[in-house]
Amino acid sequence: MSMAAEPWQQAEIPGPKKALVITKPEVVVAMLKRAKRPILVVGHEAAGIGLGEEKLIDYAIRMAKTARVPVVATAHTISEFLKRGFQPTSWMPAVDIANRLQDPEWEGLDGMGQYDLALFMGIPYYMEWVLLNALKHFSSNLKTISLDRFYQPNATWSFPNLSFKDWNESLEVIIDKLGGK
Amino acid sequence: MQMKIKELKTGIGVIKDLEISIGRVFEETWAEPVGPTPFPSLTDLREWDFQLLKRYQPLYMPFCDVCCLCTFGKCDLTAGKRGACGINMAAQQSRIVLLACCIGAATHIGHARHLVEHLIEKFGRRYPIDVGGLNIEVEAPITRLVCGIRPKTLGDLEDILDYLENQLTHLLSVTHTGQESSNIDFESKVFHAGMIDHVGLEVADIAQIAAYGFPKADPESPLVELGYGTIDSLKPVILCIGHNVVPATEIVDYLKENGLYSEVEVCGLCCTAHDVTRYNPKAKIVGPISWQLRFIRSGVPDVVVLDEQCIRTDALIEAQRIKAPVIVTSEKNCAGLQSRTRDPVDAIVSDLVSGKVPGVLILDPAKVGEVATRTAVEVAPSRKKFKAIPDIDEIIERAKGCTKCNDCRRACPQDLLIPEAISEVATGNLANLADLYEACVGCGRCENACPLGLPIHSFIVKAAEKQLKEEKFKIRAGRGAVQDVEIRNVGSPIVLGEIPGVVAFVGCANYPHGGKELAEMCSEFANRRYIVVTSGCAAMSAAMYKNEEGKTPYEIYTGAFDAGCVVNVGSCVSNSHIAGAAIKIASIFAKRSLRANYEEIADYILNRVGAVGVAWGAYSQKAASIASGCWRLGIPVVVGPHGSKYRRMLLGRKDREDDWYVYDARTGDRVYVGPAPEHLFYTAETKEEAMVMIAKLCMRPNDTMKGRAIKLTHYIDLHKRLYGTLPNDIHLFVRTVADIPITMKDEIIKILEEKQWKEGRIPDPTLLPRLIRKRKA
Repeated sequence: MSMAAEPWQQAEIPGPKKALVITKPEVVVAMLKRAKRPILVVGHEAAGIGLGEEKLIDYAIRMAKTARVPVVATAHTISEFLKRGFQPTSWMPAVDIANRLQDPEWEGLDGMGQYDLALFMGIPYYMEWVLLNALKHFSSNLKTISLDRFYQPNATWSFPNLSFKDWNESLEVIIDKLGGK
Repeated sequence: MQMKIKELKTGIGVIKDLEISIGRVFEETWAEPVGPTPFPSLTDLREWDFQLLKRYQPLYMPFCDVCCLCTFGKCDLTAGKRGACGINMAAQQSRIVLLACCIGAATHIGHARHLVEHLIEKFGRRYPIDVGGLNIEVEAPITRLVCGIRPKTLGDLEDILDYLENQLTHLLSVTHTGQESSNIDFESKVFHAGMIDHVGLEVADIAQIAAYGFPKADPESPLVELGYGTIDSLKPVILCIGHNVVPATEIVDYLKENGLYSEVEVCGLCCTAHDVTRYNPKAKIVGPISWQLRFIRSGVPDVVVLDEQCIRTDALIEAQRIKAPVIVTSEKNCAGLQSRTRDPVDAIVSDLVSGKVPGVLILDPAKVGEVATRTAVEVAPSRKKFKAIPDIDEIIERAKGCTKCNDCRRACPQDLLIPEAISEVATGNLANLADLYEACVGCGRCENACPLGLPIHSFIVKAAEKQLKEEKFKIRAGRGAVQDVEIRNVGSPIVLGEIPGVVAFVGCANYPHGGKELAEMCSEFANRRYIVVTSGCAAMSAAMYKNEEGKTPYEIYTGAFDAGCVVNVGSCVSNSHIAGAAIKIASIFAKRSLRANYEEIADYILNRVGAVGVAWGAYSQKAASIASGCWRLGIPVVVGPHGSKYRRMLLGRKDREDDWYVYDARTGDRVYVGPAPEHLFYTAETKEEAMVMIAKLCMRPNDTMKGRAIKLTHYIDLHKRLYGTLPNDIHLFVRTVADIPITMKDEIIKILEEKQWKEGRIPDPTLLPRLIRKRKA
């Protein structure tokens, strides 16, 4: 973990309550293993961000398969998932999934109850910033994790600002260790 | 209030047939009866607002976790905490939205007040309001709807402005510490701010259309030139920036009166540019708001004239860098300059040309016309288009000092890969830097962030110089209102759903990936035979992309308000004609009473008129207030991803069936109509998402089966193309089997069976119980 835990867009000053920094990828693994009802929200940038030989969305697919986490694709990201032969649990606008996650009466995509952990990746930084803040303020039973490369202070847990190399390695560790779930 | 006393006996004597009226006196010649809410107060439409807010509940996405508006603060409002005054986060967010909308409404209403005062001084109070000759009988639909009066002269507009200013004062007072406590009541007042904002827009535009002879609802308004490359830099150039066209008209008048027009170039940025071309089609538009830095720094303008709104507050500093004198012309934007309003023109021109002063404040528009012209003519030879853009060699040399600290990228609202591009520049390759031009919003934050003080924006502009100089486009001058006869022609197909929708691309230029996406969306929906309307900076951006034949949308599509058009109504204040068109459909086509009948007309629009506003690059408080006027009127608004920073959305929940019942006005039955329209204010992450949602938001409960089939065809087709699959909510929008597009019948029937869909019916939809014509026994 090589870079600072401060907002990537410098003027987006957060707080007083800020995300705990994921200093080790095992933290994410532990959170996921502990969660009863996790969900992964993937935005359109995941299909454009290259990570080694793959795109971020490929990591999302591997993670979803390994940890058996339902996936919500935001914007038009569904098309990128389908191109890869992966069927997300659902797709809807980013504001819609945030709106549902902050609703204590929402029964989830499967009607089985609220989620207790939401992981985010691939939504434009400034948009994810405010979406996570909606959840920080209005969904007391939900914990959030940002898996993006840059520190998202309004998540419960977030990576610090990372180099591509560290980010790549962290995601690999998470997927690898989830395999033992 | 009116009071009549047939006979009153007092100790002094008997009074017979006494009649007292207190308040406004309505024009007696207007036979239409006054509706329930003339000049509505802050709470007169509260019940209607609550109906909307029950279905479209706020999602608050705080942009800041504290309140710092009073000295108790800062107060931490995180996750349920309350501040020292007792306010919670939901109320605080809606309070900030109200503040933003008050700022926006005040800006338009203040603009209208200055404009009307000036025009009355110039043309007289009795100058008639004519915005379309015989083609327009309903000259001010929003004013008629809200205020219940029918303005006939410029003087009549003053009464309307009195009302707006009164309401605005009350609305602003609501945001004081210890006033409103409920977030939902704050939201209702947000709607009120938006509604009075729309009246202010209308007052401003009908006044200037009438007095200045702008195109009067003309589908064939002139094609005017747009783009950096259209400006003749061999001539002295006067650049006007802002929104209040008065000084620019005086410049044009002075040039014409003195036979100088062919010798001096008059151009504009932002809405003043729109309006000066409506006044004089030979004037030119440089581009949207985001072209300010790049055009000033190019050195082309010889004099910069600033009026009001959306002007960079460092415009004076930037103009000084190119040695161009500045004339500020509005008491709202004095820029710290000395007032020379009463000084002789010769003295002012002399001081500006010699550089003795960098700029002046002149609050007499006629004097601005003469000073700007004479200064431009005299200063141009000595300025020699002095620019503030470095040459290539200097850029390469300075790029070598870049340490890739990333501060520029982290300051960039678009997260552009500036450090990587600068690294390439250091090797002599400027291509990557030039590639950033398209998405750059021209804010200049990168430069402020750079520890080495590199003028990064100027670097980008220089790298893309060829592209910049090739910006030569045509746009139709803002036509103003929509004709009554056009409304009669399209009213039926819109309400029945056969024209799939009216899509208005409005607002500013804070696009996530440049203006190209907006132009693409315009063409997509025009090709699909939607009615496409544009205004403001969005209208300009739409013009800046040509087809294979080298034609812009305004040359390709008709300017008549009809299926498959692209209609530029004009500047920000011309947005009133878009809302006005929706109102006129209810009034002219459906013959609903318009006068002070807000709730019924809004209910009509929400349930029947498939109109959607799209502010893809919305940035300002004005855009917020314009949007909020649409919400109260039942028109959904889509903003681009930067619009998420407006910090509050109004979202429907299609998964909650109970939210989507209406009354059938014929029977009083409550009927499920599906989530149409699904949202009232919504931020899209991508262009693709926006396009699919626009098509979906055009659906209305009143659509006929044929109309719904057409709308579903577009929704499903766009979804399949952009999402790669069928929508997962089709079953919510199919009311009867006849709604299903014939070409998709088999696959949709299959989905309906999977979803255990049940056939519904199409009611005469309303949310207002008082509109039910027949009640069940």
